[in-house]
Amino acid sequence: MRITIRLFARLRDIAGAGELVREAPGGATVGAVWAGLVAEYPDLSPYEKSISCAVNADYSRFNATVADGDEVAFLPPVSGG
Amino acid sequence: MSAGTLITSAPLDPMAVVRAVDPAGIGAVVTFLGLVRDHNLGRRVLHLEYEAYEALARRGLDLIVTEATAQWPAVRLAIHHRTGRMEIGEASVAIAAASPHRAHAFAAARYAIERIKQIVPIWKHEYFEGGDVWIEGATADPGNSEAREQALKIACA
Repeated sequence: MRITIRLFARLRDIAGAGELVREAPGGATVGAVWAGLVAEYPDLSPYEKSISCAVNADYSRFNATVADGDEVAFLPPVSGG
Repeated sequence: MSAGTLITSAPLDPMAVVRAVDPAGIGAVVTFLGLVRDHNLGRRVLHLEYEAYEALARRGLDLIVTEATAQWPAVRLAIHHRTGRMEIGEASVAIAAASPHRAHAFAAARYAIERIKQIVPIWKHEYFEGGDVWIEGATADPGNSEAREQALKIACA
């Protein structure tokens, strides 16, 4: 299945793109999508402990299952205000 | 979605966020403006660029309004956050909290800015004399009850 990955701020700089389309096996979790991303861009790995995630623009968890066509976003620590 | 929340690249109008809480007859309005500071961690700041995951940022702001209204039922809260490039002294965030009495208006406005810094997916890119850096604060997790308690404690101090 096909997943759209959204990256922001420093994560976007590391990957060189804010939006990536990747294949994932059926039943894959958000965590598995992240692991695939880290394999591709090892410089992302220090963010493992500090990122949060969203699926289809709603806050999610790393153990959530993703579906074909989902938008999965990885969020570095926020600094709004 | 709450009508009082907005993510925009346009300059913020402090009166617009006041109008959004429909203050006529209510008694008290507290406003908060967050401005671009000319220094940070000993660096001379030149300008900032704010980036948002807009759809989720709007949801985060709506969640803060829901939380505040549950805590202070008589409060009306509006939050406008700007994105894009901002110069020193420009407002990046404008908050208005209206309430029949001042204490809850102050508390809700303070709660809102603390929660924005905890959970809303917006990031500052700081351009300073000699370089630039993404500022990274809190891990955005609206389910972290400890963070929420902390924001409440600060608001009610």
